[in-house]
Amino acid sequence: MSENGNSDALTPYARSLGIELAGSEDGIPVMSVAFEEAVEGRPEHFHGGATGGLLETAGYAALRAELAKRDREALLKPINITVQYLSAGKSRTSYAKGRVTKLGRRSANLTVEAWQDDRSRPIATAVMNVLVADPKE
Amino acid sequence: MTDKTAFDPKTATPFLTSRGHSGWLGLQYSDHGDDWVELELPWREDLLGEDGQRVLASGPILSLMDMASGLAIWKAMNRFEPIATLDLRVDYVRPAREGSPVFGRSQCYRVTRSAAFVRGLAHDGDASDPVAHIQAVFMKIGQSADKRELPGE
Repeated sequence: MSENGNSDALTPYARSLGIELAGSEDGIPVMSVAFEEAVEGRPEHFHGGATGGLLETAGYAALRAELAKRDREALLKPINITVQYLSAGKSRTSYAKGRVTKLGRRSANLTVEAWQDDRSRPIATAVMNVLVADPKE
Repeated sequence: MTDKTAFDPKTATPFLTSRGHSGWLGLQYSDHGDDWVELELPWREDLLGEDGQRVLASGPILSLMDMASGLAIWKAMNRFEPIATLDLRVDYVRPAREGSPVFGRSQCYRVTRSAAFVRGLAHDGDASDPVAHIQAVFMKIGQSADKRELPGE
């Protein structure tokens, strides 16, 4: 798998949901998903699951970028995620960007924020723990 | 059914999952009790996570549990009312088996005037050997513009 955070690094799930690489800030990918039927929950709003999927994808993208920077190869496996839904996701594009709070030898702790028009008012945040396995083990 | 206000997850699920994110995932009704609902997420190649691992991504499990939790809350309240997820935690305890559907079972153990509390698990055939555990809090969002049509309404 490509480790540089480009759209080739998206999982089949993320591609299928319509998640795209919107850009990059300080080497950290910003992911986006347009408002389509695949992400809709109650009418004209994002489904909480779709927002969660975007947050997770942005978290993994941030982690892959950090691993690439350190020249580390790793198999990533989810340990857990806690999502806080702050306000309803409306019928427009959502963005998300993650931050590697801690990258250890065996696991990583990430925080992720999702927003729409106003970045200072996130629609959801997440904390994730990811198992960072050595592919040779 | 004689009680027209009763919420029946079996008849409501096809309406709620006919379109949108749940329809895209193909969520189906599986089972329910007084305060719990189980939905099925069929296996799909295009929902895989990390390349080379042949494992279902974690995102669809989160969506499955979110939806099963909503239905469990409506079942526990015995009526449909707009709710929104406030906080959802998922612990992924093991990968789901390749090719297997995943079942999401959520139980609403407490409803207050403004909030509903749920806990649940996802499994791939044996509920005693889950793939994930979840805990979540939903908020009632009052008389907002949820215009979904449900049978009996």
